[in-house]
Amino acid sequence: MKNIWIIAKRELGMFFNSLMAYIMIIAFLGFSGLFTWFLGSDVFFIKQASMESFFGIGYWTLFFFIPGLTMRLFAEENRSGTIELLLTRPVSDWQVVWGKFLATLILILIALVLTLPYYFSIASMGPIDHGAVWTGYLGLILMSAAYISIGLFTSSISKNQIVGYLIALFIGIFFQIIFSFMAGYTTGFGGQVLDYLSVSTHMDSISRGVIDSRDLIFFLSLAFLGMILTEANLEKSRL
Amino acid sequence: MDIIVENLTKTYGSQKAVDDISFRVKTGEVLGFLGPNGAGKTTTMKAITTFLVPESGNISIGNFSTSRDPEEVKKHIGYLPENNPLYTEMPVIDYLAYTAELYGIPKDKVRERILEMVKVCGLEGEKHKNIGELSKGYQQRVGLAQALIHDPEVLILDEPTSGLDPNQIIEIRELIKRIGKEKTVILSSHILAEVEATCDRIMIINKGKIVADGTSNDLRKGAQGKEILQITVEDGDKNEVFNSLKKLECVELVDFIDGKENSYEVQSTQNKSSRREIFKLCVDKGWTLTEMAVFETKLEDVFRELTMN
Repeated sequence: MKNIWIIAKRELGMFFNSLMAYIMIIAFLGFSGLFTWFLGSDVFFIKQASMESFFGIGYWTLFFFIPGLTMRLFAEENRSGTIELLLTRPVSDWQVVWGKFLATLILILIALVLTLPYYFSIASMGPIDHGAVWTGYLGLILMSAAYISIGLFTSSISKNQIVGYLIALFIGIFFQIIFSFMAGYTTGFGGQVLDYLSVSTHMDSISRGVIDSRDLIFFLSLAFLGMILTEANLEKSRL
Repeated sequence: MDIIVENLTKTYGSQKAVDDISFRVKTGEVLGFLGPNGAGKTTTMKAITTFLVPESGNISIGNFSTSRDPEEVKKHIGYLPENNPLYTEMPVIDYLAYTAELYGIPKDKVRERILEMVKVCGLEGEKHKNIGELSKGYQQRVGLAQALIHDPEVLILDEPTSGLDPNQIIEIRELIKRIGKEKTVILSSHILAEVEATCDRIMIINKGKIVADGTSNDLRKGAQGKEILQITVEDGDKNEVFNSLKKLECVELVDFIDGKENSYEVQSTQNKSSRREIFKLCVDKGWTLTEMAVFETKLEDVFRELTMN
C-alpha cells in the first residue's frame, strides 16, 4: 500500500509539474460550466434545478480527457527506458499499475470536487434531487475508473503517447456509444449483452438516483480488466 | 552476498542471446563483463536484476532466487541500466528522494542518505536542477547515485562510464573500486583498459557463451602461454647469433625483426623463460646485449582472438 502511494504521489506531481493537471481541470470546468449555465439545454433553458446537463457534458469531456491523462503514464517510461528502473525497484507490477491508476483517479476527483459549486448554486435556486446528484457524481467516478484503466492498458502497449491516446479512444468509443447504438438494432440476447456493455445504459440508470449492483459490477469489472491486461503486459515485457 | 548464475539461457526469436552460462561472483569481488555488442552482457545483467525472466536456469543473490523471491532480490541490488534512463523532468533531489522511498529507507534517514549520495557522486552544485538540464556526465552521476542510495550489497552497472570525460572516468573508477571492496559488483564495458583497471576478475562473453574467465594476467597467459622476447645483440655475426639462439634448449622459435638491425624475436618453449640463458650466451661469446624486452600480450589481442571468428 505504501509503495502504491509513493508511485501515485510522484505521478500526481508530474501531472501538476507538466501543466497537464491545470489544463485538464480548467478545460473540464470551462466546458462543463459553459454547458451547465450558458449553452444548449442549460439550467436557465430547461428552467429546472437539475444537474442533468452537467452530467451529460461530464460524460463526454471525461471520455476525451482521460486518455490524454493516461497516455503518458507508461508510454513515456517505455520510451525513455525508465520502466526498467521502476520494475527493478522492490515494488510489484501490481503496485506500479495501482499507483498510476490512483494518481489519475485522484486528479479526476479534484476536478469533480471543483464542480461542487455548480451543484450548490443550482441547489440554491430551486428544489433539486440531491440523491440523483450524488449518484451522478458516483457514476462519473466509476466511469472514470473504467476509462483510466483502459487508458493505462493502451499506454502500456506503446512507446508513443499519441498511439496510446488514439487506441484508448478507439476502444472507449465502443463502450461510450457504439454498443448502445448497435443494441438498438439487435434483438434478443445479443441486444441485451450489447446494452449491458454500453456505458450510457449504466450512467442513465445511476444518475436516476438508483445504485444497482449490476451497474457497479459493470464499471468495476471493466476497471479491473484494464488493470489486469496492463499488468499482463508488464509481465510480458520481461519475457 | 554472492551472485550465483546457473545454466542461464535466454532466447530472442531464434537467436540465443545467452546460452547456458554459469558463474559465481563472490562478495568483495568486482567482475568485469567484456564482449562485443550483442554478446549477451546486457541480457545477463537484466536477468540478474529480475527485469528479464530467463527461459531456463537459476539466478540467486545470496539465498534469494530471482524467480521465487524477486522482491527480496530487488531490495539488495543497485542497478544502473544501459543508457542510464532517468526522469528528465524531475529535480535531482526529488528523484533521489523518490528512489529512497521506494527502497523503503526510513523517513528520518532519507535526507541523510540523499546528502551523502550527493556528496559521494559530486552533485552538490546540481542537486536542485532538473535532471534533463544536466550534462551527460552529471546525469551518469545521478544514475550512480540512484543505484547506490539504499547501500545495496550487489551492484549491477551496465557501462557505468559511458559519456564521461577522462577525469570523470577516473573518479567513477575510483568510486567503484572503493565500493567494490565490501560489495559484489558486476560491471560491463567496451573499454578494456577500464575493466583491467577496476576489476578483480574479467569475464569475456561471445555469442552468449563465456569464452574466458579470470584475472587479466590469467587471460593473457591463457591466450599466449609462451614467453616472447625482443632482444638486440651487437658485436656478433648475425647468422651465428641466430643459430646459437636457436640451439638454446629453452628456445622454440627465433626470428629476425624486420627493419631493426641486430634484433631478434625469441619465443620460449611452454612455461619456460629463456632470459637467463640468452644473457649467459652473450657473455660466453663476448657479444653485447643492448636490449631485452618481454613482449606483453595486450588484453586487446586476447579479446580479438577470443571473439573474432
